Amino acid sequence: MLDEVDKKVVRALQEDFPLVPGPYAVMAASAGISEEKFLSRVNRLKAGGQIRRMGAVLQHHRAGFTANVLCAWQVPAEQLPEVGTAMSREPAISHCYSRTTAPGWPYNLYTMIHAQSRAECDAIASRLSAEHHLAERRMLYSVREWKKSAMKYFCE
Amino acid sequence: MLTTFDKALLNELQKDFPVTEHPFAVIAERLASDEKTVLDHLQALRTNGYLRHVGAFFDSPALGYGGTLIALRVAPAQLAAVASMVNRYNGVTHNYEREGEYNLWFTLLTPSPEEKQAVLEAVGSLPGVERMLDLVAERTYKIRVQFNLK
Repeated sequence: MLDEVDKKVVRALQEDFPLVPGPYAVMAASAGISEEKFLSRVNRLKAGGQIRRMGAVLQHHRAGFTANVLCAWQVPAEQLPEVGTAMSREPAISHCYSRTTAPGWPYNLYTMIHAQSRAECDAIASRLSAEHHLAERRMLYSVREWKKSAMKYFCE
Repeated sequence: MLTTFDKALLNELQKDFPVTEHPFAVIAERLASDEKTVLDHLQALRTNGYLRHVGAFFDSPALGYGGTLIALRVAPAQLAAVASMVNRYNGVTHNYEREGEYNLWFTLLTPSPEEKQAVLEAVGSLPGVERMLDLVAERTYKIRVQFNLK
């Protein structure tokens, strides 16, 4: 279980990372603890799996990946682990989740496909469909972005 | 335009970032550069919009949060109003208008089932919301927000 100090560390880490020589000292000060304690908590949260990784995420539009699509697949339940694992090895796929279905909505695997163009996204999906014998899919192209933000935990 | 050094720096930053007093000095050493150069370039990359996020990436379930993807069918006339109401929730991090019969899709992270229920009831009763799908995340096969720049 996370204690109050962990939550302070999480809150400090989810702000803009200070681009200064001693960034953890700055965050430790905002959390009101020593740098040494802050670093040891970060390492503990990494070891415990609460932090998946430390690093950067690029703005992929600026990095040349201009098209992306959320593709929802209907995968027979018994093939789900195999297909999910195979899809996650695709370099063009950034996110792959299985999800519950709903009445009238039988799609249970969701992949974000990134490419240089819509045609290329379609071609990747067609190839994956043939490779995994998946007849049913929905290509959920975005029309407009209304919100994209990093989650702020423990701010309710 | 990104220089060769910028690309090497961005690739390096997408790997495991050092948890130590002077992390940028460690990165600089890997790139045979120095701390100040690394920080100057990073500042410029952030200012110019190449970096979306630097820092920690959390595992929502490990922090006690449940995640779901909600699809709404919204009457076109009300879409903008519904989208901005949805945006007001802290646990909504991605909200997109998409092609198809369900035209508004958002992710929702909540610290308890009660909280989730309250959000879904409030959103479901907004004017113009005709149908709602609650697609709960079961297994994560991949979350990678890494791009190899050549």
